[in-house]
Amino acid sequence: MNSIEKNINELNKLQNLQQRSHWMNELHPLGKLLLSVLYIFIVVSFDKYKVVPLIVMSVYPFFGFIAGELSFKEGIYRMRLILPLVLFVGIFNPFFDKQIVGMIGSVPVTGGVLSMFTVMLKGFYSVLAVYILIATTSIDDICYALRILHLPKVLAIVILLIYRYFGIMAIEADRIMTAYKLRAPHQNGIHYKAWGTLVGQWLLRSMDRAENVYESMLLRGFTGDFRIRKKKVRIADILYPIIWLLAFAFVRYSGFFG
Amino acid sequence: MHMADALVAPAVAGTMYVLSTGAAGVSVKKVREENDPKKIPVMGVMGAFVFATQMLNFTIPGTGSSGHLCGGMMLSAMLGPCAGFLTMIGVLLVQCLLFADGGLLALGCNIWNMAFYGCFVGALLIWKPIMKKGATRAKIILASILGCVLTLQMGAFSVTLETLLSGVTELPFSVFVATMQPIHLAIGLVEGLITAAVLVFVHEARPELLWGIGEGKAKEGKLSFKGTIVALAVAAAICGGAISLFASSFPDGLEWSMEQVAGTSELEAEGGAYETAAGIQETTSLLPDYAFKDSESAVGTSFSGIVGALVVVGVCVGASYAFRFFRKKDKSAT
Repeated sequence: MNSIEKNINELNKLQNLQQRSHWMNELHPLGKLLLSVLYIFIVVSFDKYKVVPLIVMSVYPFFGFIAGELSFKEGIYRMRLILPLVLFVGIFNPFFDKQIVGMIGSVPVTGGVLSMFTVMLKGFYSVLAVYILIATTSIDDICYALRILHLPKVLAIVILLIYRYFGIMAIEADRIMTAYKLRAPHQNGIHYKAWGTLVGQWLLRSMDRAENVYESMLLRGFTGDFRIRKKKVRIADILYPIIWLLAFAFVRYSGFFG
Repeated sequence: MHMADALVAPAVAGTMYVLSTGAAGVSVKKVREENDPKKIPVMGVMGAFVFATQMLNFTIPGTGSSGHLCGGMMLSAMLGPCAGFLTMIGVLLVQCLLFADGGLLALGCNIWNMAFYGCFVGALLIWKPIMKKGATRAKIILASILGCVLTLQMGAFSVTLETLLSGVTELPFSVFVATMQPIHLAIGLVEGLITAAVLVFVHEARPELLWGIGEGKAKEGKLSFKGTIVALAVAAAICGGAISLFASSFPDGLEWSMEQVAGTSELEAEGGAYETAAGIQETTSLLPDYAFKDSESAVGTSFSGIVGALVVVGVCVGASYAFRFFRKKDKSAT
């Protein structure tokens, strides 16, 4: 499977998750967005040696995946982009911070090892928190939440258009690639002489689709701003983020977990 | 060059959000003043184009490393600095949310490192002065390569500064910079060549669509507006599809730099780590009998604390499953 197919599959899976009828999907997007941002903010604010409270902070992603009926496998798969980077940044620390801060049995533990561990945990948690958000909230709803936070209209429209055009282009690209591979089974990649005709057809179809999407939006009453039905704020929409934020604040500031 | 949330401290992230928001505010104002409804779909298509190209890694010969397109320079040459900057913000936000490429908290840093330099510095200080007296093939190639190299160097330098200021790595500044900059020089050259190829094509097809070139100097276009949009999509298709077949499995520049340094560095630790860890020892002891042996040294954490934390997590995980079970039971009952 090539990278485009993988991205399309990932996109489709996310869209299916976003369209589920689930209580987490029905929560107000503003609350979920703010909760995710504040969770990440609190997680990265921990000192580099504070392993214990960081472990406790894993409760939020665990709850999100279990109660939200999300796949741990998918969440872990999303770490592929940040995992190498976080690992390499963290891996320096044992080389430079060699102060022995304790022993586990006869094995010495250095400050660098602890800080490497916390960097990795912070990386994992932030990716998982964003996954919980995007798996239960559509891009349209996120843009709606951002508009409540006074994100400029033009920026919100551009985000929505990029999202739509990307999907269309990627699907067309994948179909043409498959057709080419079936006709040229022993070639390693597309021959440069075929790029023009191949990509030209791909482009025309993609643009036809993209223009259709944009014209459809205009026909459905798109006048430069997107109309999303105002979401009613229920008690659960307020309680859910507040309870979590209180829990985060307790772990972060009470000192109970060190 | 996308930074993850784990690499930035809240203060650094907040500062970069403020700076990026300021630049976005100016851009929104300028785009509103232009009042060009055609620009919105072009921004959408160009954003999708950059999105497609940023999914790819280009192998840099002889280094074992790879990099991907920044796209800021290309967007600014097509849309101008303000519309280009807003488009890049959209691309970075969607990438972060959909594919976990870059963090939500680090978005301000990523916007600054990739969008601000590419769009504002690239467009106003490099592209515009070179194109002042009209565009030629050679000028476009020069501006593209120069713009990509310089803006990527600035971005890489900012990544180094932001990571070090956040205090997540013990790497010395000089070593970090010395490994980050050269690899991004090579990436910049590759990006410059690809950008030049696309912009030369656009110049030959519809020169009036390139930003910052005198209208009197512009040649008559051979394609319609719609045709040019199609041409841009072709370029997106080439970058997003055909070249992806050759996408590299090597780590990107930042990862490569760190790998190189980690393998050779033997520097001694220094700074306040000892004192910080000693502070942690005093507050971390849920089960003190199981604490580390050497209580005289600076104990960063304790075994007892970790056990306690794991117990708490275990209880919460069990509670989560129970929550789901009872919720389903309630649902089936009703």
